[in-house]
Amino acid sequence: MGEGPPSRYMEVCGTHTVAIARSGLKKLLPPTVSLISGPGCPVCVTDQQDIDTAIALAREKGVLLATFGDMVRVPGTNGSLAQAKAEGADVRILYSPFEVLRLTDENPGSEVVFLSVGFETTAPLIAAVVKEAARLEYRNLSFLILHKLLPPVMEALLGEPPALAGSGPSLPVTQGSPILDGFLMPGHVCAILGVEPFRFLGECYHLPGVVAGFDPDDILLALWMLQRQRCQGRAEMEIAYRRVVRAEGNRTAQRLLEEAFQPVEARWRGIGNIPCSGLALRQAYSAYDARGRFSLQVEPAPDTPGCACGEVLRGLLSPPECPLFGRACTPQSPVGPCMVSSEGSCAASYRYERIIP
Amino acid sequence: MCLAIPTKIVERDGSDALVEMNGVRQRIRMDLLPAARVGDYVLLHAGFAIALLNEEEAQETLDLLREVEVLSS
Repeated sequence: MGEGPPSRYMEVCGTHTVAIARSGLKKLLPPTVSLISGPGCPVCVTDQQDIDTAIALAREKGVLLATFGDMVRVPGTNGSLAQAKAEGADVRILYSPFEVLRLTDENPGSEVVFLSVGFETTAPLIAAVVKEAARLEYRNLSFLILHKLLPPVMEALLGEPPALAGSGPSLPVTQGSPILDGFLMPGHVCAILGVEPFRFLGECYHLPGVVAGFDPDDILLALWMLQRQRCQGRAEMEIAYRRVVRAEGNRTAQRLLEEAFQPVEARWRGIGNIPCSGLALRQAYSAYDARGRFSLQVEPAPDTPGCACGEVLRGLLSPPECPLFGRACTPQSPVGPCMVSSEGSCAASYRYERIIP
Repeated sequence: MCLAIPTKIVERDGSDALVEMNGVRQRIRMDLLPAARVGDYVLLHAGFAIALLNEEEAQETLDLLREVEVLSS
């Protein structure tokens, strides 16, 4: 692998970030190959104002807010969901979103809201739950949908495509874009979407992508395949995780996504608004949209002073380059979401890669 | 967040399945993989099966890994 050209590859999946950090892979790679974390942690990319909305919702009288475990400690402008719970709000953690139906049955006197984050791996599950809720005519259940889509954020991150004249890998030149030579593609997002939605990486940016699994072997194989593409001047979408990922993805899951959701503009922490990068429930399911059911006015949130989560999410800074990293911001007392979520690049870096003096 | 683990289907029942991993059994949803059958290995994410595991393709990956080993030795 070391014989290939110097290369910077980005992973856009929090589970990859953790797998790479935990296995110590970076230390084993030749100095010519470096790995950068991108916006792959769904909790981390959730905008502060959306977190504030969720917390405000949890504090509404009669509301029971259920969500995934990672969300409850994320600091909003005034406290977190965990703090709201400590102050009396009814906040529950669910492993499977399907459990929210049982929870709703058990709490007929509450307005149950499921706060839903995640990329294309998780969104079809929510689509299935919403469909089931509609079929069974649940009345006291709604969803605060904060799902995000990966292809649009990758495109936004790369900026304007470089001129396609000339041959060989060209680098994006937009200010604020990381310099990259390819992507380690998210295995489970691709299990759902397939590789088609990502072909623009090769076609418009001449960047190769290899879909990777989550064992160290899987990741090494994908990196080797990326280097092989670079050496051969190719920029294609390849799959190194064939035991799970098919080129066409999971069509049933894609249909569920299409049926329940429509793409909408979404705001990403540290990146800003990106057209068609989020999901909203379609008209047929609008009765289950928490934003329609509750009228919540939440002020736009100010940036957290000193927190470089935005730059870290865009791959412009590595976690230790943030002035707060390991000092004011630790997993025990996190300032930004990249340190809260176990899949955040700051948390992974703190836990597995920190050099302790 | 996108963590998923392989499990084996031991029972199928409408939209549900009973899966087993290391002797632990769990009821999961099959909305995303309605055609999966008893004996199939599936990837489990947040209580839902999201992908079917393919033995032949797994072999292909192992072959590729072997190729990497040969090339690097």
